[in-house]
Amino acid sequence: MKAFLAFLKKEFYHIWRDPRSLLILIGMPMVQVILFGFAITNEIVDAKIAILDNSKDEVTQEISNKILSSKYFKLFEYLTDKNQIEKSFKKGKIKIAIIFENDFSQKLNRNENPQVQIIADATDPNTATTLINYVSSIVFDYQSKYLKNKSGGLNVVSKMEYNPGLKGVYLFVPGIITVILMLISAMMTSISIAREKEKGTMEILLVSPIKPLMVIVGKVVPYISLALVNAVTILLLGVFVFGLPIRGSLPVLMLEIIIFIITALGLGIFISTKVETQQNALLVSLMGLLLPTIILSGFIYPIESLPEILQYISHIIPAKWFLIILRDIMIKGTEFRFIIKETLILFGMMTFFLIISIKNYKIRLE
Amino acid sequence: MRTILYILQKEFIQISRNRLMMGVLFIMPFFQLILLGYAASFEVKNLNIHIVDPDKSSFSSDLISKFSASSYFNVKNLTNSHKLAMEDLEKGKVDLIMEIPKDFEKDFINGEKTNIYLSIDAVNGVKAGLANAYAGMIIKDFNTDIFAKYTGRKISLPIGITWSNWYNKHMVYSTFMVPGILVLLVTMIAVFLTAINIVREKEIGTIEQLNVTPIKKSQFIIGKLFPFLLIAFFELSIGLIIAKLVFNLHYEGSLILVYSFTFVYLFAVLGIGLFISTLSNTQQQAMFIAYFIFVIFILMSGLFTPIESMPVWAQKITWFNPIKYFIEFMRMVLLKGSTFADVKNHFIIIAIYGVILNTLAVWNYRKVSG
Amino acid sequence: MKKDSGNYIVEVENLTKKFGSFIAVDNISFKVKKGEIFGFLGANGAGKTTAMKMLTGLLNPSSGKAIVAGWNVETNPDKVKLNIGYMSQKFSLYDDLRVNENIRLYAGIYGLKRSEIKIKINKLIGELGMENLRKKLVGDLPLGWKQKLAFAISLVHEPPVVFLDEPTSGVDPITRRQFWEMIYKASSEGTTIFVTTHYLDEAEYCTRASIMVDGQIKALDTPENLKNRFEVDNMQEVFVKLARG
Repeated sequence: MKAFLAFLKKEFYHIWRDPRSLLILIGMPMVQVILFGFAITNEIVDAKIAILDNSKDEVTQEISNKILSSKYFKLFEYLTDKNQIEKSFKKGKIKIAIIFENDFSQKLNRNENPQVQIIADATDPNTATTLINYVSSIVFDYQSKYLKNKSGGLNVVSKMEYNPGLKGVYLFVPGIITVILMLISAMMTSISIAREKEKGTMEILLVSPIKPLMVIVGKVVPYISLALVNAVTILLLGVFVFGLPIRGSLPVLMLEIIIFIITALGLGIFISTKVETQQNALLVSLMGLLLPTIILSGFIYPIESLPEILQYISHIIPAKWFLIILRDIMIKGTEFRFIIKETLILFGMMTFFLIISIKNYKIRLE
Repeated sequence: MRTILYILQKEFIQISRNRLMMGVLFIMPFFQLILLGYAASFEVKNLNIHIVDPDKSSFSSDLISKFSASSYFNVKNLTNSHKLAMEDLEKGKVDLIMEIPKDFEKDFINGEKTNIYLSIDAVNGVKAGLANAYAGMIIKDFNTDIFAKYTGRKISLPIGITWSNWYNKHMVYSTFMVPGILVLLVTMIAVFLTAINIVREKEIGTIEQLNVTPIKKSQFIIGKLFPFLLIAFFELSIGLIIAKLVFNLHYEGSLILVYSFTFVYLFAVLGIGLFISTLSNTQQQAMFIAYFIFVIFILMSGLFTPIESMPVWAQKITWFNPIKYFIEFMRMVLLKGSTFADVKNHFIIIAIYGVILNTLAVWNYRKVSG
Repeated sequence: MKKDSGNYIVEVENLTKKFGSFIAVDNISFKVKKGEIFGFLGANGAGKTTAMKMLTGLLNPSSGKAIVAGWNVETNPDKVKLNIGYMSQKFSLYDDLRVNENIRLYAGIYGLKRSEIKIKINKLIGELGMENLRKKLVGDLPLGWKQKLAFAISLVHEPPVVFLDEPTSGVDPITRRQFWEMIYKASSEGTTIFVTTHYLDEAEYCTRASIMVDGQIKALDTPENLKNRFEVDNMQEVFVKLARG
């Protein structure tokens, strides 16, 4: 036991003595959360708009004012000629242009159905869709006053549940926790074990009286602590700086985090039994763990948007299940009984990776 | 001059002998481009919707059938219980709820304004925004229809609204993402590999040997950077071909313009790699620093979220992000056909950036210390 | 400005290097004659490597002056570099380059012509007896071979003086012996050898040896004279006496 403690101490020293890496490991997640929290929102505001008003009468001006006074749009310029539209788009200055045809109000009064044309820069299809919807809603609302006494109109009242400001934080804080835990637990562990192998110090540890299993435990304990510190820091930042809710049970949340950390550690140990150098451990972790975790977990891209085959592959990514659990507990306040299935899957994965990594590790020793 | 050739020869031999590196250089990027091109999509289809309809009128069933006919929505559940609907939303079974009020048809015919309530799971803001937009358009469409039905006139609404989507008529998401992903790949090769390559010489000690030779600082640096410049150009070319063949991208603008800008851009980002290498002593450290910088650059690049939506201070930070300029440039030139006059500022800014960074890096890189 | 160096290839006057308040090299002065094998001895941390780094232009002196091959190391480091060979204790060859490729690289860096390089590669490989290993990656060579190759490469541009920093650390006695034979051969062809080592038996092979303690040169003479002066049988004991003060 004493030997084990001494060994554990050494592992902590490895981490503390490289302040630059430590700073990055602890600082990076915080910077990410802060950036996501303050800078990244999915709500589109102040999109630049150009207006070509061929009528300049009270109707077109009223509609224009309604559009410009909404928070979604910001006037870039009034155009005088249709040819200027293309130019404006190519300079990358505007996202959307609207054109009122001439004699707009006369036509409206004569019931001649004057046209509003909306042109969106659809290089970004989602922004285009959203902006077109905003403009057409405003025009739609406006004309309801011409419908008075003719019939009732429909009014859409939308409520954004769980995240009224469409803030990026809600989506990304759980995602960042997932990626960081994966990065530290799996990648750092595999690199640190590979380093001992590369330097030949692993052999020394293995001939020492410390049990082989304890060598591994000693290697992973510092990273578990680091991972937990990170998870808690990110949670605190999310809660206190960005008002992110933890609606569900905190103990359940911590339990799930620990299950995921151990799963990732299992993966890390497994990788380290298969590679010989730090560089290879790094590459395998990056390619095999980090990339799939980012792409296939639903962290950034909704899983439903993935091609079908990738959706199937995503089932075997632990991060996917963990992320569902995290989001449910934190943001929706889902009760534990609704996430039993996901928890069991994650638990199964943890057991699986632990068993194969320990098995592989033992084989190497014989 | 001849000295540089010998160093270049050495670098190319070393790169070609490192099998893992060759894999990283020649297989991974294309794999990534294709994978990310398909996967990095915010295209939202088949949103699951729970419709609460206590009215059960012909109006409400018309509205419901409009939703079930749309490719954006998948009517998962149809009940008249708000509670059941909320439970579905909470469990994640549906993405949104639409509630049609009781007396929906009656009120409408009586000329009263009626509210349709949407409750959208907004944890993913992109998805929520689009769900709101799609549902809003269907409801407006429906509204127009019933006006026509009710008034019996062909033209039902006083003002006609038409819209067109320029530059990406079919609204294909990969068209938007692929040029951006290409930028990431080129940048990654340039920054990571340059940094690691130079630090590796430090770590194994060969740099000391080079430092006592008459080789000049500039020769060493050019010898190190040039191979990655070439490789980055190679990656760009293959990437452009894949984008065309696999993702059917139409190049509207001039490819010569793209290559010229890439050259200026690479000058700047290779400088970043060089700078990182002067700051680190081990490959692992270089990786960490590069990764850290890279993550911030990507987040602030406008690749995933529009820069216009950021708060003003954050927008100002993006002015210092070279990736932002390259992504903007690629989308403008490749997708919209912007010309040199449109992107002149991009050239100037990146050129200044490159000069500053390389000066800093070269100044920080010392052959003689103390 | 090139200085006519007369009989001396290295001239050091009051050379000092401070790192903060720590004085690594403390006001040393000495001269190395052309054609000598000059031993630069001292315990680890005595300041040998720092002094060597200043002489090879890797480090600027805090004060004092050093002329190597006729050039001032502070004002003309590039000229110095062109006229010296250097081999560090890590034998910094490229593991992932072949034997001939390593030679070609350094010959190229030192500005040899293409035709000269070809001849040089063949000559060196022949002299080393490495014909069979020519196409081998250096990383696959045993340590002894690497070290001999590194020495040969440090001489590839036929410099008047070559600096060897602990060249024999970590190799077996037989290889060390062979290595010293190479040093003698180079010396007999007129190259001045400046060598640091902590194997004190190797000091016996030097024409003259200096012993550094705490940044200062405490003794400098032929091994024979040193032994006589301290009235001992071998350099080991000379060193022990000096180090104890």
